[in-house]
Amino acid sequence: MEPEMEIPVTTKPEKFVVSKNADSFFSGIYNVYVFIGRFFKEVFSRPFEFKEVINQCYQVGYKSLPLVSLTGFITGIVFTKQSRPSLSNFGASSWLPSLISIAIIRALAPLVTALIAAGKVGSNMGAELGSMKVTEQIDAMEVSATNPFKFLVVTRVLAITFMLPVLVLYTGFIGMIGAYLNIHANELTSFTAFFKSAFGTISFLDIFSSIFKATVYGFTIGVAGCYQGFYAQNGTQGVGRAANLAVVLSMFLIFLEEMVIVQFVNAIR
Amino acid sequence: MADKKNIQYDDKEPVISIRDLKKSFGTLNVLNGIDVDIFKGENLAVLGRSGSGKSVLIKIISGLLKPDSGMVKVLGQEVDKISTAALQQLRLKIGFSFQSSALYDSMSVSENLAFPLVRNRRNLSTKEVNAAIESVLNDVGLSQTINQMPSELSGGQKKRIGIARTLILQPEIMLYDEPTAGLDPITCIEINNLIVKVQQQYNTSSIIITHDLTCAKTTANRVAMILDGKFLTTGSFEEVFNTEDVAVRTFYDYNFINSK
Repeated sequence: MEPEMEIPVTTKPEKFVVSKNADSFFSGIYNVYVFIGRFFKEVFSRPFEFKEVINQCYQVGYKSLPLVSLTGFITGIVFTKQSRPSLSNFGASSWLPSLISIAIIRALAPLVTALIAAGKVGSNMGAELGSMKVTEQIDAMEVSATNPFKFLVVTRVLAITFMLPVLVLYTGFIGMIGAYLNIHANELTSFTAFFKSAFGTISFLDIFSSIFKATVYGFTIGVAGCYQGFYAQNGTQGVGRAANLAVVLSMFLIFLEEMVIVQFVNAIR
Repeated sequence: MADKKNIQYDDKEPVISIRDLKKSFGTLNVLNGIDVDIFKGENLAVLGRSGSGKSVLIKIISGLLKPDSGMVKVLGQEVDKISTAALQQLRLKIGFSFQSSALYDSMSVSENLAFPLVRNRRNLSTKEVNAAIESVLNDVGLSQTINQMPSELSGGQKKRIGIARTLILQPEIMLYDEPTAGLDPITCIEINNLIVKVQQQYNTSSIIITHDLTCAKTTANRVAMILDGKFLTTGSFEEVFNTEDVAVRTFYDYNFINSK
């Protein structure tokens, strides 16, 4: 028979300020606040990781192009098809290009692209960093005198913050192409007439607010994805949880931010 | 098999000095007052059961965890009291071999080895980096794996590449976390030999965290047994296990029965 050995465990009583769940919730908010503070501290300190930022921009931006192209194109076609009957009832089919451009530039392009990015990029960040965390790769980076926060987090958050506005403009353009093809097929509108009508109603504020929204959404996706991944725990289960929470949290915050920014932009319009 | 170095302890300043080290996680007190000195060129094996705080000890030494109280002095600097910049400089002198090897799985073997070097010795040319990579790969006997990905390596090869990645910065101290865990007996012998070779060739001082008695006996000049968050006994392998202490005897017998 094998001899028994007990693991000696010394414990002291657990103490909570309010309750276990409440303490966990408020400490979570505080940790995110500290995480964002650390990001702004590290982003302006040397050494700058330009090469890795470029690499992440490629991963986040270029590799998302096929997905956002398809989504933008289909959004443009479907929204045009859905809007036509309503406008036709009032004999206002000629307003279709204006309506489409306002809808796509002001709302659909930023929101659809951000949700796609939350699903694709946010989950990838959560899973990749989570996997690195639970397999001690982040610790290995730290003990080899490399700042893992700067190398892994700062570069990814910067990349998605820079690239999402670019993707939003691209999605908007592709969406407009989709809308044009549908309108051209039904109303035989020329390319010039479509774009003249479409951009006649778009102001600088519309484009600026879209870019601003995309920047905020990009930062949100980056922070949510990296935070969940960087502090992942409990092995492979923790990695899955990090990827899942990165997406859920990003999407939830994107809708909240959309609501606030739309109110703000409408107030100054 | 390589013989470990003989160490003379007279008048030597310790490279690692730990006094009354305590660390707890939530309600669990893991380390309860550790006292130990590790001297230049010495290998110290820390033995104990899983969950006894062995890995926590070396994570505190490398600055990955902060102690609750006590003093941890590495190469004359208190790791929990120095600035982040000073800690980064100190870490260049400490090699950490992880239990899981912790190779960056998105990088090839050569990229894994180059990573710490190019980031910390920015003045090195590509030729010098490549020469350093070849040199450490030769030292661990895995030159042929240079272009392979970590997923293509066996457990023993991963361990050796993990050790090579730390050696590329020419550390003064090596911390091994369960170097032989999960490996077959032949590979264990290879890893044990490599630890002794590193001690001789790089003149490192090492802490080897293990529950493998063969590893401790083969590689360590001194052995420490951790129990209840404290070092129960410290000395040569024979001194530690030539005892009637029930806990030490049980640990010895348990290993002996398992290895039969």
